Amino acid sequence: MMEYLPNILFVIALIVGIGFFTRNVKKLTRNIKLGKDVDVSDNKPQRWRNMVRIALGQTKMVVRPVAGLMHIIVYLGFIIINIEVLEIILDGILGTHRLFAPLGTVYDVLIASFEILALLVIVAVVVFWIRRNVIKLKRFIKPEMKGWPKTDGNMILYIEFVLMILFLTMNAADFQLQQMGAAHYTKAGMFPISQFITPLLDGLSMSSLILIERTAWWLHILGILAFLNYLYYSKHLHILLAFPNTYYGRVKPQGQFNNLESVTNEVKLMMDPNADPFEAPTEDDDAGEPEKFGASDVMDLNWVQLLSAYTCTECGRCTSECPANQTGKKLSPRKIMMDTRDRLEEVGKIMDANKGEFVSDGKQLLNDYITPEELWACTTCNACVEACPVSIDPLSIIVEMRRYLVMEQSAAPMELNNMMSNIENNGAPWPYNQMDRLNWVNE
Amino acid sequence: MSEQLKVKTMQEFMAEGKQPEILFWVGSAGSYDDRAKKITRAFVKLLNKAEVDFAVLGTEESSTGDLAKRAGNEFLFQMQAMMNIELLNGYEIKRIVTCDPHSFNTLKNEYPGLGGNYDVVHHTQYLKELIDQGRLTVKGEGYKGKRITFHDPCYLGRANSVYEAPRELLSKTNAELVEMKRHKKTALCCGAGGAQMFKEPEKGDMDINVMRTKDALETQPNIIATGCPYCNTMMTDGIKAHEKEDSVTVLDVAEVLANSLNL
Ligand code: SF4
Ligand code: SF4
Repeated sequence: MMEYLPNILFVIALIVGIGFFTRNVKKLTRNIKLGKDVDVSDNKPQRWRNMVRIALGQTKMVVRPVAGLMHIIVYLGFIIINIEVLEIILDGILGTHRLFAPLGTVYDVLIASFEILALLVIVAVVVFWIRRNVIKLKRFIKPEMKGWPKTDGNMILYIEFVLMILFLTMNAADFQLQQMGAAHYTKAGMFPISQFITPLLDGLSMSSLILIERTAWWLHILGILAFLNYLYYSKHLHILLAFPNTYYGRVKPQGQFNNLESVTNEVKLMMDPNADPFEAPTEDDDAGEPEKFGASDVMDLNWVQLLSAYTCTECGRCTSECPANQTGKKLSPRKIMMDTRDRLEEVGKIMDANKGEFVSDGKQLLNDYITPEELWACTTCNACVEACPVSIDPLSIIVEMRRYLVMEQSAAPMELNNMMSNIENNGAPWPYNQMDRLNWVNE
Repeated sequence: MSEQLKVKTMQEFMAEGKQPEILFWVGSAGSYDDRAKKITRAFVKLLNKAEVDFAVLGTEESSTGDLAKRAGNEFLFQMQAMMNIELLNGYEIKRIVTCDPHSFNTLKNEYPGLGGNYDVVHHTQYLKELIDQGRLTVKGEGYKGKRITFHDPCYLGRANSVYEAPRELLSKTNAELVEMKRHKKTALCCGAGGAQMFKEPEKGDMDINVMRTKDALETQPNIIATGCPYCNTMMTDGIKAHEKEDSVTVLDVAEVLANSLNL
């Protein structure tokens, strides 16, 4: 029985780790589904292409070459080292050691490339850390990045750094043990990087080496399971959500805003001289409540917008391209996404505390998170949409909230109200007579 | 002072029982704004020169509703859109050309969902077409040695990926086309979009148009060309803020072309 203890402990750790992760995923999907339905069944081939190009191929990342290249290294490291994680998990369950070793040369090449990648990841992570903490790149020190977002950004780097060090330490000790001919440690793998750590372990007894190897092995895999569960609380969630988000993201020209269907129905009714104003409402008043125009809280947004909020990497590329933000206005498209996510999380917590029912907490996305001052500073220029590496559209949320301000609260800035009443009265944003529209011909 | 332009309304075409080649959507700025009217006239001169059989809606034209939509007033937008669509469909309009990227965008992308399906082109695309077909020839000796930089209007560039047509037209004039650091996809907005043109900016430390004209001035241009009446106003104001109005002119691509033909 005792000899199986490590296997049993491992399986328990695995079940707990994956169990918690599943719970988080369920919560995540429940929250995203609070959003309104939206038709995303169109343009399937284009959507697949976008996902492959933008999420898998990282085409938007390389617009900024330094960050882009480093990011691709970390990303490749993440994907490829997962093959090693598979071996580690199987070893853990079966009590084997280096299960894939019989692959021979292929195995050597695999281990060698994992090691090289691990080193590259360490380099990239250090560069990222310097950019955030020493150079203090402007987009990483904006007001919305204070507190948790800043800690989170660094935390991810620390975790990745430690995981890579553990991986290399494990290999170094293993390599030494192999050379000493320790039982169980069959000769397998090629260690181009960790062979330089091995000299540090010289002179250690076989049992200390085994202790080091086992400790590093366990910490590495437990660290990975912990990291998996950290995702939900972190902007690092993008490593999973970037894929669906680039699939469901915008496929229409950026200038095309959606036409509100609820408005179309009412306008048609208003313009149709034969419509009976008393008849229409009974047709679709199943809910009894009149449709709310625009968005004042997260439930008024559609689920793709909510998915985007969870996908946001907080990279700030949107904000650094935003003309309003560059000229000192309060608006920051990244903050729009972070606020949406934070409010959605808050709503989710309220639901958790009330058996899955949402009970109003007297707060909403508008005013409590995003102010009208931010919303009105937007020029709808689409620079943020263009800049986002994971196909997020902060502008669509801004517009949805403006709609609420204007159509539900008549709370547009005064000059805009004047402009709009001019359009209503003379068909032009200025107070000129429609009969003068052709005067330019003879001027 | 100016020579007579040949402009016919849709009503006149109807009375003759004819259909025009294209409908020229003049837009509110192009109809009322003093600076934008010059752009409208320059474009019409080019149309006249190429002997295009075009129509305008004249006093029947009304705001596309684009401004209302960007400001969040979907009601007003759809009212305007449906009114315009009724009119356009009544005249059986097939093809529309406009000098205003905002009208271009909404007519092209947002009207179809409300029942208005037309082939919509921006005037720079249409002018390029006329040149390609040999209906309009540009010689443009007048611009030799001049530096022109093109400011991409957001609703033409990023919003609809039209980047080449205006540049091709400008390069036909023998002027030297110089690009700003941020251009095409990464062009900075002039500050007018999203109905900002009609309100004071929110509190900040600079105006967007001043920042954008700084980009333009860094290229040492003689002319800042653009393809939008609102960009034109913003850039003109920006030039004034930099006190460069004596050495740099802001022109629409259509004006550059008309000037080069001495129209
Ligand atoms: S669309 Fe609005 S939020 Fe996005 S970059 Fe332009 S001004 Fe900023
Ligand atoms: S919205 Fe996109 S560009 Fe902006 S911070 Fe999030 S991931 Fe980065």
